[in-house]
Amino acid sequence: MSDVVVVGGGLGALRTAESLRANGHAGPITVVGDEPHLPYTRPPLSKEALRDGIDVSSLAFRRKPSVDDVTWRLGAPVASSDLAARTVTLADGTALPFDGLVVASGIRPRRLPIPGPQAGRHVLRTSEDAKRIRALLAPGARVVIMGAGFIGCEVAATARGLGADVAVVALDEEPMVRPLGTELGAAMRRRHEHRGVHFHLGHTVDAFLGDERVRSVSLSDGTELPADLVIEAVGSVPNTEWLAGNGLDLSDGVLVDSAMQVATDLAPVVAVGDVSRHPHALFGDVPRRIEHWSVPTETGRRAGATLAALLAGDEPDRGPFTAMPSFWSDQYDHQLQSFGMPGIADRIEVVDGAPDEPCIVEYHDDSGLVGVVGVDRTRDLAPYRTRLMGRSLS
Amino acid sequence: MTVRITVDREACQGYGQCVFEAEDLFHLDDTNTSVAAVDVPETRRVDAERAADVCPMQAITVA
Repeated sequence: MSDVVVVGGGLGALRTAESLRANGHAGPITVVGDEPHLPYTRPPLSKEALRDGIDVSSLAFRRKPSVDDVTWRLGAPVASSDLAARTVTLADGTALPFDGLVVASGIRPRRLPIPGPQAGRHVLRTSEDAKRIRALLAPGARVVIMGAGFIGCEVAATARGLGADVAVVALDEEPMVRPLGTELGAAMRRRHEHRGVHFHLGHTVDAFLGDERVRSVSLSDGTELPADLVIEAVGSVPNTEWLAGNGLDLSDGVLVDSAMQVATDLAPVVAVGDVSRHPHALFGDVPRRIEHWSVPTETGRRAGATLAALLAGDEPDRGPFTAMPSFWSDQYDHQLQSFGMPGIADRIEVVDGAPDEPCIVEYHDDSGLVGVVGVDRTRDLAPYRTRLMGRSLS
Repeated sequence: MTVRITVDREACQGYGQCVFEAEDLFHLDDTNTSVAAVDVPETRRVDAERAADVCPMQAITVA
């Protein structure tokens, strides 16, 4: 019986393990994760977990009975791998042999090298991060958020709801501008400003000021913002260092084919979730990493089927991967929902409502409709999703 | 054999992922909360489980 090792202990690991079982793999599955928790859902970390405090056990995913016999080695960071020898080595020196490998090691928040005191700098990725930030988000606390993407904006909204004084610093011209475009990004900025968030856009943080810990941040235009805590939400870095030395394309995550298989003759390897750079047949087949919540589930299903076939000596289904990208975001009482890839559009049109009100926005490129975003219009988006699903396969 | 689908309406946040996954099994009501077809044939189990898998709030139970 073949041994499968899954590196990474998040949603992608869980869904791949379930798919391995659903596709007939009966051999041992060992999941190694650096966090000490079973897979849990992260979206509440920027919202409910900051606002109300949440025990991580209440965020745990339900696990299908088929994976009851999976071995979870948690709190066990991986150090390296040798695909030719088919082993993964943990930070504590333990070597785990495998017949098939699942790369589900995810991403970590990007940190910028900024001079000054480092205490008081925070990121938000894990339940422990959320606990630390929650303890500091008191009414009147002065919070500087670096980055105006979804995490930065969601944290800004939650922090305002808790009565904190919130400033957002970002190089972008508008919040969430890459996925939403300038017009809707500006309208989202106005929703935040209406709630009292201060934006410093087009600027970077040059230095942190203070003795032992950050007391203020110095911006590129000379502005100094007082800060009791800084939350950095400036993108992410794929966790691929442990795969170095195996001749893989690790230029942005792990490059895979439509079956989620990594191009190597050394061993059967698949990659899923945030770390997987996969082609998408509905959107030009350019391989991309997509950091949406739905991606670990969709790629995990496919990867589990692929790896089960490879281990059984069968040829996996290499047909096009067409799972619909989807994201949502909650900010105050507003709910954004998207389908497709609005970020690749070159023409954006508000087709229903107005940007400062509930609205539906279409995103187009030369190939036609590539994405849709609804603000407080989730219930009306199903026809758009259907249209996107109907894009001809490239 | 039927499959029973239940939605924890307290947990549901109206993201609609279940509706988009299985439009004929779920809909969002006037309060933007998911409502499921209660008992469906065994042949729909896979669809119901897929919808449960994509619920960000893990509010859907398939039994």
